[in-house]
Amino acid sequence: MFDIDKWQEIFLSIKQHKIRSILTAIGIFWGIFMLIVMLGMGNGLKRGSEYNFRDDAVNSIWVSPGTTKKPYKGLPPGRRIQMTIDDFNRVDEMEAVDKGTPRNNLSGNFTVKHKQKTSSFDVRATYPDHQYIENTIMVNGRFLNDMDIKEKRQVAVIGETVVDDLYENIEDREAAIGTYISIQNLPYKVVGVFTDTGGERELRKIYIPYSTANQIYNYKNRVNRMMFTADEEDVEASKKLTKEIQAQLASVHNFDPSDKNAVFIRNNIENFERFMALFGAIEIIIWIVGIFTLLAGIIGVGNIMLIIVKERTKEIGVRKALGATPWSIVSLILQESIFITSVAGYFGLVAGIGVLELINSFLKASPGSFFRDPTIDFRVAVIATIILVICGGLAGLVPALKAARVNPVVAMRDE
Amino acid sequence: MLLLKNINKSYKVGKGSLHVLKNVQMEVKEGELISIMGSSGSGKSTLLNIMGILDDYDSGEYYIDNTLIKNLSQKQAAQYRNRFLGFVFQSFNLLPFKNAMENVALPLYYQKVGRRERNKIAVEYLDKVGLKAWAEHLPTELSGGQKQRVAIARALIAQPKVILADEPTGALDTTTSLEVMDLFKQVNKEGITIIIVTHERDIAALTQRTIFLKDGVIESHDHSFA
Repeated sequence: MFDIDKWQEIFLSIKQHKIRSILTAIGIFWGIFMLIVMLGMGNGLKRGSEYNFRDDAVNSIWVSPGTTKKPYKGLPPGRRIQMTIDDFNRVDEMEAVDKGTPRNNLSGNFTVKHKQKTSSFDVRATYPDHQYIENTIMVNGRFLNDMDIKEKRQVAVIGETVVDDLYENIEDREAAIGTYISIQNLPYKVVGVFTDTGGERELRKIYIPYSTANQIYNYKNRVNRMMFTADEEDVEASKKLTKEIQAQLASVHNFDPSDKNAVFIRNNIENFERFMALFGAIEIIIWIVGIFTLLAGIIGVGNIMLIIVKERTKEIGVRKALGATPWSIVSLILQESIFITSVAGYFGLVAGIGVLELINSFLKASPGSFFRDPTIDFRVAVIATIILVICGGLAGLVPALKAARVNPVVAMRDE
Repeated sequence: MLLLKNINKSYKVGKGSLHVLKNVQMEVKEGELISIMGSSGSGKSTLLNIMGILDDYDSGEYYIDNTLIKNLSQKQAAQYRNRFLGFVFQSFNLLPFKNAMENVALPLYYQKVGRRERNKIAVEYLDKVGLKAWAEHLPTELSGGQKQRVAIARALIAQPKVILADEPTGALDTTTSLEVMDLFKQVNKEGITIIIVTHERDIAALTQRTIFLKDGVIESHDHSFA
């Protein structure tokens, strides 16, 4: 391998056939480049969707009311189902349920005020468990707690953007803790500031205790949405829980348990699994397409090496007459083909990763929701490179063996 | 030095086969300078192939320096070629991208002699053939006679026992041919056995004896060719 003479001859051979060598190299370069870029793009799509799911707990189940479509026990279809805090409590006590919260959004047009500044935000009345279900990350202070619910405190947890919009000259967001904001002209004490992976929209939220809102806004225990997480992160377990919730609500609200429109139950883990299966399939397709692209390049190398052997028949004959062993001939041809594939492959790899990093830096500047971090991990890059070197060897093998079989006398007489 | 006993060789041609060499008997003693003559198709090349361990034979026995050369692996054949034999060809067969010195040094490369060492030896051999000053020149910068002298230096560098020359003067004019033959004679005086395949009578006349080959059979050993 580290025979200087052999390398000199390889470089010379490449130098003497610049165009041919470059075209061959481009075939390989393109193959590996496309493989890397496509894998990166696939990863980007996958990570983008994973990221979207990350905002909410993957194993969460969301329940919202609907309208019955099937008649049941003499009752006509078309009845609106209204859930209450009792429904929530019954589901929350189920064994398979881990966390749970009701969630009502404050309705109507209203503004939120702090001192002179006014803006409008979404206000959500929830329980403390909401923090886990929507993956809310506290920056300062705390989220809602059980005492807030129990004592119906007028407290609020606000997003970072809310602070930015309502507070003047705030260097440190911690300074917002303990101040008051007014929602529909009622004062709420700020107890926490949060951030959220779900993006800008999630940062414009304000959380207040459900019990407080229930009393002030006269909900009469009505609940507009219930959210739970299953005890186990398992599709079957969460499917079973979904059915139990449906059955529970059906028996209380007198609707057909098979009526899918009476209540809407969104099972995120099922969706998540479905998405992951889809991306698994996309990844396989990408590998297949990529490897075939690469294969085209490798066949190109094989072709070129055959031509090289043909052209150098005489030289190989001379070498054999002078005492070259078959292996020294084979290794000469093999090394040239492996060298071309490795160098071209390496540049393809670097260029592919470069393009992905470039896209990534653009995405970081303006994050899109469906496409994220389109990079490949180092292991995949290494595997691809190893495949490439092996293939380079295979591509050179047939021509090299042909070269080793050259009959010296015939080759040398060949003018 | 070379001993061929009942050598037979045939090639498959389509469905039949062509019997090229028929019971060839031949001996070349150490230090001889001989020529082999024959028209094209007489089996000259095949004989040369077999003597040069470039091809196998079907039956018989072939000895170089009392070593039986038969059914060798490709690797062994290459090693014997490298150790026992030096080749000189009609069309010189110098590698065009290597200078004279590198061409001469090539057999030593296959003996795994270090670069510096083999280039030094190569210059010595170039000096022997009177081309020391041309060591750095590429083959394209040399005349035909010079090229053949480089080729002879290359054949000599591995200190072979036998030099096989296939029409060594075929591409040269008369004056240069004679110069090359002088060089062969000089090398022969140092004790190296030389076999020259040729179709030129005056070249054959310069050797100690000539073997005539016709239709794969040795016709005569002529010691007093004039």
